[in-house]
Amino acid sequence: MMAPLFSSKLLIVLIFGTLFGLILGVLPGLGPTTGGALILPFTMTLDPLSAIVLLTSIYCAGTYGGAITAVLINTPGTPAAAATCLDGYPLAQKGEAGRALGMATVSSTVGGIFSVIVLVFFAPVLAQLAYEFGQPEYFALAIFGLTMLASIGEGSPIKNLIAGAFGILISTIGKDFMTSIDRFTYGINELSVGIGFIPVVVGLFAISEMLTQSTILDQVFKRVALKAVKLPSLDDYKKTWKTILRSSGIGSFIGVLPAEGGTVASLIGYSEAKRFSKEPEEFGKGSIEGIAGAEAANNAATGGAMVPTLALGIPGSATTAVILTGLIIHGVRPGPDLFREQPDFLYGIFGAMLIANVLFFIFGFFGAKLFARITLVPNKILWPMIFAVSVCGTYSLSQSIIDVWIMLFFGVLGFFMRRFGFSVVPVIIGLILGELVEGTLRQSLVIFDGNWFMFLTRPIALTFFILSLIALAFPLLRSKKTKKVI
Amino acid sequence: MNNVRNKKRANKSLPFFFKDEFKVFFVIIFVSTILLVTTFTFDKVPPILNRGIQPATFPKGLLVLIMFLTAVIYFLSFKNPWKKEKKLPKPFFLTILSFILFIIISKTLDFFLAISVLSIFVSYNWGEKRIFYLLLVGILFPLVVFIFFEMILGLRFPPGIITNLYYY
Repeated sequence: MMAPLFSSKLLIVLIFGTLFGLILGVLPGLGPTTGGALILPFTMTLDPLSAIVLLTSIYCAGTYGGAITAVLINTPGTPAAAATCLDGYPLAQKGEAGRALGMATVSSTVGGIFSVIVLVFFAPVLAQLAYEFGQPEYFALAIFGLTMLASIGEGSPIKNLIAGAFGILISTIGKDFMTSIDRFTYGINELSVGIGFIPVVVGLFAISEMLTQSTILDQVFKRVALKAVKLPSLDDYKKTWKTILRSSGIGSFIGVLPAEGGTVASLIGYSEAKRFSKEPEEFGKGSIEGIAGAEAANNAATGGAMVPTLALGIPGSATTAVILTGLIIHGVRPGPDLFREQPDFLYGIFGAMLIANVLFFIFGFFGAKLFARITLVPNKILWPMIFAVSVCGTYSLSQSIIDVWIMLFFGVLGFFMRRFGFSVVPVIIGLILGELVEGTLRQSLVIFDGNWFMFLTRPIALTFFILSLIALAFPLLRSKKTKKVI
Repeated sequence: MNNVRNKKRANKSLPFFFKDEFKVFFVIIFVSTILLVTTFTFDKVPPILNRGIQPATFPKGLLVLIMFLTAVIYFLSFKNPWKKEKKLPKPFFLTILSFILFIIISKTLDFFLAISVLSIFVSYNWGEKRIFYLLLVGILFPLVVFIFFEMILGLRFPPGIITNLYYY
């Protein structure tokens, strides 16, 4: 299974990807999604397997890297590490930063490896099922994905739906792929090919974050000193092994669902750890179980999110949307045929994810102290540099200055979206699913001779529609129960 | 807790058109309406070539959905007002200004120069006053990135007064 990975080139790519992912994860505001989008142009110099190995190793290591900042400066390096702050920082304040990071490292690695096993076994099964899918089923599946994203994603479900619909709307800009009629181009030639994925991702993540950083320049981080990362003691293992396994399962399951992957998984993993704990009163005060629950879950979501990405071509998270773009750019078409025609390629990815989890364990264990120092780079130096890379990276894909302006536009838009409680992740997923949604809808209507009710005669499609309705109703029921604002 | 309540109260006392909820509602509805009107200008496909639905139908449906959902969040906000956001600080507006400068300079003078100017402008306004670091972020780093992209990816940057010196 890992035969292709025994080449020195791939190992170098893996090591570089893991180190780069850790740096991205450690830096608050950056993360595997932004980093993946920024490095995508560089992957053009690599063969497809190396390119995807690079992106997946960044994904795995970046997700873990967020824990280092969460524990040491009480700021999640990535959104997925937000729950880790709750107990990681209080434990670090008690002088046990090494223990907190040790537990975060071990549980992240176990969660990550668990999810790769899920990926290896579950993705081919899902791909096999997908052979039964026609256009109507894919349409219903894409709708289900978007409704799930709205209902279990972060923030208000209605705002998530608006953001998702907006993402799909962006995908309609340019020439209609079935009739070649211009839509929303306003006579600008460059827009007739549509809006690229990279300018939107870099804008919504990197540039909007730069604007966010400009509003919090007076923020002071209180760093906790770290001597060395310590492996958990036998007592800690005894206390947390069930939590780690439970959270690994939760994370893998949440990851498979199209949602915000690790962020939601870690919050659920954390709350379930608290629910099952014998010492729930310790949560929020430095509970080792809290760290284990959150970290195992967010890293377990990485492999889970790759399942629909590879088997169906439907991303399970924002970062897997970037990986999906990487696959498409390199001429690899995800879906059931990929499993039949290029098993070596797939097993190369699975193996790379497995090794990336081991590598970040080693780098995290021995280098956390060094990585933590990266947070000392001041924003006034860091962000202008990120801007330079963002601009050149965005320009490089199609060598179009319009792409750079689109990136800036989406940067400003992303800032205001986040300011008013709209998540930017549904925009990304909507953009990448847009063509699938519209294409399968229109092709289905051709098959059905324009009769919309024929969708209901297809059992798989009908199942997905019912699941979509349940997904939409879920937040309403939840808000009634918890008085949460939707 | 008290702070949140006070902020909500402060937001409640404003006339409706000053509230964030209304501003967001207004902007989304306004932009969606313009886009919806645009969809009526799309060419129509003759029935013989039309596969399924007209090219304008799908975006129209999306825009109607967005407008409907925006109305829903606006009406829900009567019951649960959003918390009032803090005023945006000066560096934010200066960063936006730097983006505008970037667009103007990259369009009229030079792409590389635009990156340098933005980097120095942002870094300076975010508090960096040391010349060495300003030169590092404004000249040295963009130069490294520029050469890296040019050599590794074979990228050709758009012509300009500085870029031309490199190419010719």
